[in-house]
Amino acid sequence: MNTKRLMLGNEALAYGLLKNGCQMACAYPGTPSSEILSAVVSLKKEMDLNIHAQWAVNEKVAFETAYAGAQAGLRTAVAMKQVGLNVAADPLMSSVYLGVKGGFIVISADDPGPHSSQTEQDSRLMAVMAKLPVLDPDSPGQAAELAGIAFELSEAFEIPVMLRPTTRVCHSRQSMDVKKIEMTLRQAAFEKNPGRWAATPKFRLQLHKELEAKLAKIADYEPTRPRLVSGTAAGTGQAIVVAGVAAANARDIIKEKNLDIPVYQVVQAFPLHKAFIDEMDAYDDILVLEETWGVVEMQLADKKRVKGKNTGFISPVGELLPENVEERICAFAGLDYQAPQITMLPGRRPTLCAGCPHRASFYAIKKVAPKGIFTSDIGCYTLGCNLGAVDTVTCMGAGISQAAGFTIAYTENEKQPPVFSTIGDSTFFHSGIPGLIETVTKKIPYVLVILDNRTTAMTGHQPTPASGRDAAGDPCIAVNIPDIVKGCGVNFIKTADPYDLPAFIDILKEAKAYCQENGPAVVIAEHPCLLDMDRAELKASFKKVVVNRDVCDGCGYCVSRFECPALSMDQETEQVRIDPGLCTGCAVCSFVCPKGALVLENQE
Amino acid sequence: MSNNQQIIISGLGGQGVLFITKLLAGAAMADNLPVLTSETHGMAQRGGNVISYLKIGDFSGPLIRPATADALIALKAESFAHHAYFLKPGGLAVVNSLDPVKDAGYRVFSGDAGALAEAAGNVRSENVAMLGFFLGAVKDETSAFNPDSLSRMIKEKFQAKPAVAANVLRLLTSGMQLYEKR
Repeated sequence: MNTKRLMLGNEALAYGLLKNGCQMACAYPGTPSSEILSAVVSLKKEMDLNIHAQWAVNEKVAFETAYAGAQAGLRTAVAMKQVGLNVAADPLMSSVYLGVKGGFIVISADDPGPHSSQTEQDSRLMAVMAKLPVLDPDSPGQAAELAGIAFELSEAFEIPVMLRPTTRVCHSRQSMDVKKIEMTLRQAAFEKNPGRWAATPKFRLQLHKELEAKLAKIADYEPTRPRLVSGTAAGTGQAIVVAGVAAANARDIIKEKNLDIPVYQVVQAFPLHKAFIDEMDAYDDILVLEETWGVVEMQLADKKRVKGKNTGFISPVGELLPENVEERICAFAGLDYQAPQITMLPGRRPTLCAGCPHRASFYAIKKVAPKGIFTSDIGCYTLGCNLGAVDTVTCMGAGISQAAGFTIAYTENEKQPPVFSTIGDSTFFHSGIPGLIETVTKKIPYVLVILDNRTTAMTGHQPTPASGRDAAGDPCIAVNIPDIVKGCGVNFIKTADPYDLPAFIDILKEAKAYCQENGPAVVIAEHPCLLDMDRAELKASFKKVVVNRDVCDGCGYCVSRFECPALSMDQETEQVRIDPGLCTGCAVCSFVCPKGALVLENQE
Repeated sequence: MSNNQQIIISGLGGQGVLFITKLLAGAAMADNLPVLTSETHGMAQRGGNVISYLKIGDFSGPLIRPATADALIALKAESFAHHAYFLKPGGLAVVNSLDPVKDAGYRVFSGDAGALAEAAGNVRSENVAMLGFFLGAVKDETSAFNPDSLSRMIKEKFQAKPAVAANVLRLLTSGMQLYEKR
């Protein structure tokens, strides 16, 4: 079997991992990294590979699980987005000291832009802090190639290796040759050595010394040496150093402009090769193009001769687009640059889908506590801000602890605003539980609404621990959210379907009253994500709502307060209009119109 | 005629921008041309403006610079307004719109793909109708998108669902006819 395929960067990464003997892959979904593990699963099925692929409850658990496999001598990998690496920072820092036996790759996907993240942080800086080598691919093809090199590097020095793709690697597709993977499976063979694997601080000092010695050798490792990708190594005058997607963009532009400046591509962003640092010292003027921070730049010896992110020559903020690369190369090389005319229009804001159960939950919360403080979390439901029902979004799991923080902050005020916290089911499992326990012990008066749509929706419908299916879609043990909430010590737990809006509002009112005297009240809003539902099932539950033309006075309340994409104002009739192409028949809007103009068809 | 092609496909989240990008890419690959694409994932897919880039030929970087694209496929009139700046002067744009779209700087052709999709019984398939419209408009400019390679690929892709393949192919053809009749 040898086929040409249009491979997504994340699929190419998965292919690179498996082709090079990865036997365990763990991940927690997060854009732009999510498709890596899904691709591992589909390649495993397609090529009949006997390997383990797992969606973990969070990045820390994913990391530690995969790491143990590498301690036992297998080749393993863990994948996450850059802010996921914050969650896994603890095992990352420690595991680099302890090292590995089998090759271990930590994939942390960065998101310059940011397109779908809360920060533009550069994972390579995290690699500098943790002191592990990091490779920086420029394309899907190179991501697959570097997966092989990373495993070899990892085993040669018994050290975890980071692979850092960015959004434009993860979510680009490239035509690539794909061959059937034949795997020779290793047997796990954990060699006990408490002085290493369970090292006490005294031994850690020794491990740190050994780590520094490893890094010095890795800065001389042949396969990851910087590559001269254009021009000749003049050793004087100007040079351009490129890494990651900026390297791909720069190559196109250098070729188009016929530039005679030597261009070096760094694939191992840290540690930068010692010989390369010396070689660069011979040039008088060096441009460094990389994302998102100047990690390669800061390792060059004479900063006065370097132009990059850290010197302000390249903006430290936002994505380094090809037009920025062109403009900066022209400025560096003294060429004219004509900026094209661009008229940027304000884009459409993203919104919850028509029929999304979260919309009903948010509408109800806003109804019950119009002047409340609404702490929320990371997921589709962040878009509840469009309905005025999300005031804070910080990081995974933060909404619950922040709810506690707000109630405490207002203790001495004359009036205490009601505090409602919303969190998705996957995020609750990921990092909501410790915060919930904390608020029980402190008897914090707030309502927690767990938005349980039975999936990790935003990132592409990966299972949660409550789904009862694993990464491959096979049945597995499901844990029960109400049982967990009960186990945390909460005594008010009610589950309801937000589609039944009046009943749901009543439960929220009850929860609000309860929490004032008794501490946390938890309401579980249960309704599956429509994108994840069977089409026939959706069709069967469709309830047709129509506009009663005699009643609708065109006040626009439903359009602005309920914000369903299927509802809009008809300019001609000056009444509300339901788009049949978008309406999912949830019928929640029939409870929303204050005049009763949105009615179920047979009740008109 | 050049086979180095840079195409922008623009629409709203959920309209099937990725689907037609993959079809076009597949058609070019079937003719052994190197392909690079780049797409939007995550939050913007929830009803926001979605763009994908398709580059065929000798390229390293996946994105397209403003004022360099050969063509733009706009699945909404507003998508044209948003992303026309990617087109090179005189570049080709096809726009899904009931009303004619005009812009002196480019060669713009518009058609009501929505009506074709509705007539075919699936209002959500205007993306495929628009792809057919584009194939009609682009056929004299490049041989990178061979309609025969595309139909072969669609049949292969939906091997298990011949009815779906037939629907997709019918819509493609009616999109091409819509261009011819404009």
